[in-house]
Amino acid sequence: MINAYMRADGRKGIRNTIVVAYLVECAHHVSREIVYPYRDKGVHLIGFPGCFPNAYAQKMMERLCTHPNVGAVLLVSLGCECFNKGALMDAIRKSGRPVKLVGIQDTGGTRKTIAEGKAWVEQTMTQLENTPRTQMGIDELVVGTICGGSDATSGLTANPAMGRAFDFLVEQNATCIFEETGELIGMEHWMARRAENPVLGEEIVKTVAKAAKYYDAFGHASIGPGNADGGLTTIEEKSLGAYAKSGQSVISGIIKPGDVPLRGGLYLLDVVPDGAPKFGFPNISDNAEIAELMACGCHLNLFSTGRGSVVGSAISPVIKVCANPDTYKRMSDDMDVDAGRILEGRATLDEVGREIHDLILRVANGEKTKSEDLGHQEFILTYKTFEPIGPACMPSAA
Amino acid sequence: MQTDSRVLILAPDDNVAIAKTDIPAATTLQVMGAMVTLAEKILTGHKFAFKTVSQGEAIIKYGAPIGIASRDISPGESMHLHNIVSDYIPTYTLDEGHQFQEH
Repeated sequence: MINAYMRADGRKGIRNTIVVAYLVECAHHVSREIVYPYRDKGVHLIGFPGCFPNAYAQKMMERLCTHPNVGAVLLVSLGCECFNKGALMDAIRKSGRPVKLVGIQDTGGTRKTIAEGKAWVEQTMTQLENTPRTQMGIDELVVGTICGGSDATSGLTANPAMGRAFDFLVEQNATCIFEETGELIGMEHWMARRAENPVLGEEIVKTVAKAAKYYDAFGHASIGPGNADGGLTTIEEKSLGAYAKSGQSVISGIIKPGDVPLRGGLYLLDVVPDGAPKFGFPNISDNAEIAELMACGCHLNLFSTGRGSVVGSAISPVIKVCANPDTYKRMSDDMDVDAGRILEGRATLDEVGREIHDLILRVANGEKTKSEDLGHQEFILTYKTFEPIGPACMPSAA
Repeated sequence: MQTDSRVLILAPDDNVAIAKTDIPAATTLQVMGAMVTLAEKILTGHKFAFKTVSQGEAIIKYGAPIGIASRDISPGESMHLHNIVSDYIPTYTLDEGHQFQEH
C-alpha cells in the first residue's frame, strides 16, 4: 500500500506540491523569483508562455493544476494576456485546492508581486502540512513511460525492463501509459494485434499513420544525430526499441493529452496533433511529453536513456533507467537504475524489471529519485490542436 | 548455431548482429555458426552483418523490419546509415562541416 495525500476531489497524490504557474512568458521571471527560495521545499514552477488562447494549453493547465500530486496553486498573470484565467481559477477552486491569482499589473509591478506571491506560498506551505493522509492501492497508481537520449542499447536493456515493470503493474490493475506515436512508426501492426478489440486495433494503426504523416510534413522523423551516433539507423529501429517500453499486456485504449483513464490497464497516449500540421513539431523535447503524461494523471514517470539525459520534472517524480553501461559509469549520479547490467550479463530483464517495479512503490511512498534530489523540475508547454478521442478508443469505467 | 558471447542475435530470422560491448576491427568471431571478421570497430549496441545482405533486402532486427539495404552488405561490415535506409522517413545527421545530411 502507498501512504498518499488525500485531495478534496477524492484523488490521491504521492507528493504534496505547491505549483506556481505563469500564464504568459511575461510573468515567468516573477513566478521563478517567487519559487526560488522554496524550490527544494516542494514548490514547483510551471506555466504557458503563449499570449494567444489555445484550447489544448487551457486543458493542460487545468489538468496540471488539479493533478493529484498538487496541493495548492498560485497563478501569476501579467494582466493583459489572453489566457482564460477565470476558467482555470474555477477549475482549481472546484477541485477544492487552495488557489490564488496575482496580477503583476494590478499588484504594482515585479517587486510587489514577488512579495505578495511569496507571502501566500509561505502561508500555504504551513496549511499543506495538515493535508490528510490516506492509503492508496497499486490499482490507483498511474505510471507513464518515456525514453530520451536513446541509443541502440535503450531498446535492448532499459526499455524492455521498463516493459516488464509495466507488465507487473498492469497485472495489479494499475494504469500504465506509453506514448510518442512518432516513435512507434513501423510497429503499428504489431501493436494492433495487442488491442483489446479489433476496432481499437484499427484506431492504433490510424494513430501511427497520422504521426508518420505529421513528421513527414516537417521533413524530419523523431530521430536525431545523437541517436544515429548511438547506433540507431532508422526511425523503425528507434521505434522497435521504444515499443519495448509498453511490455506485453493487452492495450486497453488510446488517450490524448489531458484524458485520464477511467480504469486500470495499458494505454497508448496519442501526442501528435490532429488536423493540418501547424505550430511545429509535435513535441519539441522530452519534457513536453512528460507534461502530457502528467496531464493524464501520471503520479510518476519512468524515463529510459542510453546517451544520458539528466532531466526530471515539476509535479511528478521521474525515475531514470540507464540503458548503456558506459553511460551509467559516467553519469551514475543522475541514474536511478543501471539496466546496462543486462548487456554485461550481470542481471536478467526480469530482475531489472522487478527492481524498477519495487523502486516505483518506494518512490510512491516518498523516496526521492535522483532527479528530484538534484532539483530537476523541468517543464515545457507549447501550442497544439486536438480533436476529442473517438468512442472506440477509451473503455468505460466498469 | 554458436554465437560469440560479445554478440547478440535478438531473433532467429534476424540478419543483423549486435555488439554487446565495443569490439575492435579485424576481430574474428562466431555468429550463428559462421566465422565473421569485422571490417571495422563495432561500438556497443551497434550492428554488423554476419551474412551477405543484398541491396533492396529488408533489414530484420528482433524479427521486425527496420529498413532496407541501400547497397550490398558483406559479412563483417558495420550496418548503419551508409548501407541502410528507412522505409518511412529519412534520418538526419550532422556532418563534420556542421551541415545536416539526409540519409
